[in-house]
Amino acid sequence: MNYLPSDYLPIIVQLVLALGFIVITMLVTHNIGPKRNSKLKDEPFECGIEAKGDARTPISIKYFLVAILFVLFDVEVIFMYPWAVNFKKLGLFGFGEMILFMGLLLAGFYYIIKKGVLEWEK
Amino acid sequence: MVYDILYFNKHHTSYTIHHTPYTTHHTPHTPYIIHQDFKTMADKLFYFLSFLALLSAMMVVTAKNPIHSVLYLILTFFCLSGHYVLLNAQFVAVVNIIVYAGAIMVLFLFVIMFLNLKQDDEEAKTNLTKIAATIVGGTLGVILVAVFRKAQLGTYNPYSFNSQVGMVENLGEVLYNDYLLPFELASVLFLIAMVGAVMLAKREVGDRHF
Amino acid sequence: MLEAGFIIKSLIILALFGLTLLIATYSTYAERKVAAFLQDRLGPNRAGPWGLLQPIADAGKMFFKEDFIPSQASKWLFIAGPCLSMLTALMATAVVPFGDSVKYTTGPNQILTVPVQPIDVNIGVLYIFGVVSLGVYGLMIGGWASNNKFSLLGAIRAASQNISYEIPMGLSMIAILMMTGSLSMGEIVSQQHGGNWNIFYQPLGFIIFITCAFAECNRTPFDLPECETELIGGYHTEYSSMKLGFYLFSEYINMFVSSAVISNLFFGGYNYPFMDSVHQFLTNNLGAIAGHNVATLIGTVVLFGKIFFFIFFFMWVRWTLPRFRYDQLMNLGWKGLIPLAMLNIVLTGGAILFLKPLITALLK
Repeated sequence: MNYLPSDYLPIIVQLVLALGFIVITMLVTHNIGPKRNSKLKDEPFECGIEAKGDARTPISIKYFLVAILFVLFDVEVIFMYPWAVNFKKLGLFGFGEMILFMGLLLAGFYYIIKKGVLEWEK
Repeated sequence: MVYDILYFNKHHTSYTIHHTPYTTHHTPHTPYIIHQDFKTMADKLFYFLSFLALLSAMMVVTAKNPIHSVLYLILTFFCLSGHYVLLNAQFVAVVNIIVYAGAIMVLFLFVIMFLNLKQDDEEAKTNLTKIAATIVGGTLGVILVAVFRKAQLGTYNPYSFNSQVGMVENLGEVLYNDYLLPFELASVLFLIAMVGAVMLAKREVGDRHF
Repeated sequence: MLEAGFIIKSLIILALFGLTLLIATYSTYAERKVAAFLQDRLGPNRAGPWGLLQPIADAGKMFFKEDFIPSQASKWLFIAGPCLSMLTALMATAVVPFGDSVKYTTGPNQILTVPVQPIDVNIGVLYIFGVVSLGVYGLMIGGWASNNKFSLLGAIRAASQNISYEIPMGLSMIAILMMTGSLSMGEIVSQQHGGNWNIFYQPLGFIIFITCAFAECNRTPFDLPECETELIGGYHTEYSSMKLGFYLFSEYINMFVSSAVISNLFFGGYNYPFMDSVHQFLTNNLGAIAGHNVATLIGTVVLFGKIFFFIFFFMWVRWTLPRFRYDQLMNLGWKGLIPLAMLNIVLTGGAILFLKPLITALLK
């Protein structure tokens, strides 16, 4: 199989279709609906309790840590794709390489779990 | 440039592919791909993507709202991926999307959303910082221009160039045979990064969490 | 300048686009009927015969609702959120094969073969992975721009959940790639010719993948981002009119796309047992080109049968299982699925390297 950049041309058709659908829908729904504003209606909906402050607030560091770990793991997963495609060609040697790679990854994973980073109930 | 090889061969005045040695080795699998129209189309796409990339990169710097900056940066990455596709580096193109637009930008977005955006840090925008930033940025610009003026562009042989070199199969073969040590060292780097992230973001007593 | 191949591809994309929207629309109807059936109720039955016009009535209602933007929200980001969600959902079908190939006579003795797949590229599986990883932006930006605490919480939960389940999803696909040796979706499907489906070799990978698909679509039991008992509507609390419609709609499109991807990766796509005899029979009776095209059509119908089964499965699970707690969700993703997916990779590698030569040696 000989892959070329022009294989991607039809995706432009799909992109144009999707964008056209989204833009037209947004314009139509914006223009045919009613418009009635009032001070109370414009406030954030928080179950009728008077809203205190706004939602621009710092939140738990744990979510941030999950995002960092995700970036690291994501890159590692990407590293495995070229290996998996060539798995049969690389044979036992390649398998050993990847076992070592995954071993180091799991060592880090073990460290994270032991440190209690992924404990959410506390 | 490589575009010439992928779309037409500039050593021939006629752009019909059947006469070029390159295509005798690799017959295109669909008939609607390589011809002069597509070459001009690739040119147009190149200029369009470059323009969009530069414009969105400018917007990243000038946008007032950091979330807008992140969105423009994502658009820039998409333009770069478009360039990779034009160069037939398909694996790099999609990895650019997954890792940069899909993972690192999500992290950026998390960080920006967790910052307190209400207080505008006016004190950071004094004249001194502005002047210092201009000097540093200008110096960097001059250095870059000087380097690229002197830089030797890589040459290629259009008769032996393999257009499939950017495919994942060929990439994997090189990575897991010739660049084995850097690959394994990368996993050590990840290990260190994991430890570093945990040390930096360790929870302290009294932190908010919901 | 445009040639027959490109025009056929464009028509395929157009047809798939319409079909995606139609299926997503009627999934809402199906969901309510399935829910009614499982709970011994009747479900929608007033609009049209058997309530078949209900989704259209719903869509019309949403169009005529007020397009409300809260005063404290960031206006453009508030609009961009649902649009991004919808865009990523609609772009995901681009690499999924929906049939074998269409043959078309362009001239004397010239037959053009076009695969029924918008684009067949070298990195098909990674394209899906990329689109999935971009899906998180719509939810995050929409939730944050609403400037509502419940929306923010829903958005952050959604983002954390999506990124956490992306990793086992990527890892479970690696085991399939080790067997097929290609990232192209067309190649992966054509290797499962006949009844030689991947599910027989990758049962563990399939379980991991479908669990992650549930989490990526924010479906029950993983619908914490919008769990109404805690967070009102989650990230779309402040939304109304078609902007809300886009969020709900993109969920159903994602469900359709993940059903299609599951059918293609694990259940052979358009392949079915004895397809060669059917193909043979049709080409003998209808001629080479017409017979091939009819055989392709049958394959596509079979594929859609599989897709509809998985859409039904999504709904079935929704009305059967209760919702997870957030810590359970994160523990399952990180401590359960990731090690399991790695184990699956090692097992697959071992089986290919050691078990397969052993079996072939024994059979001799």
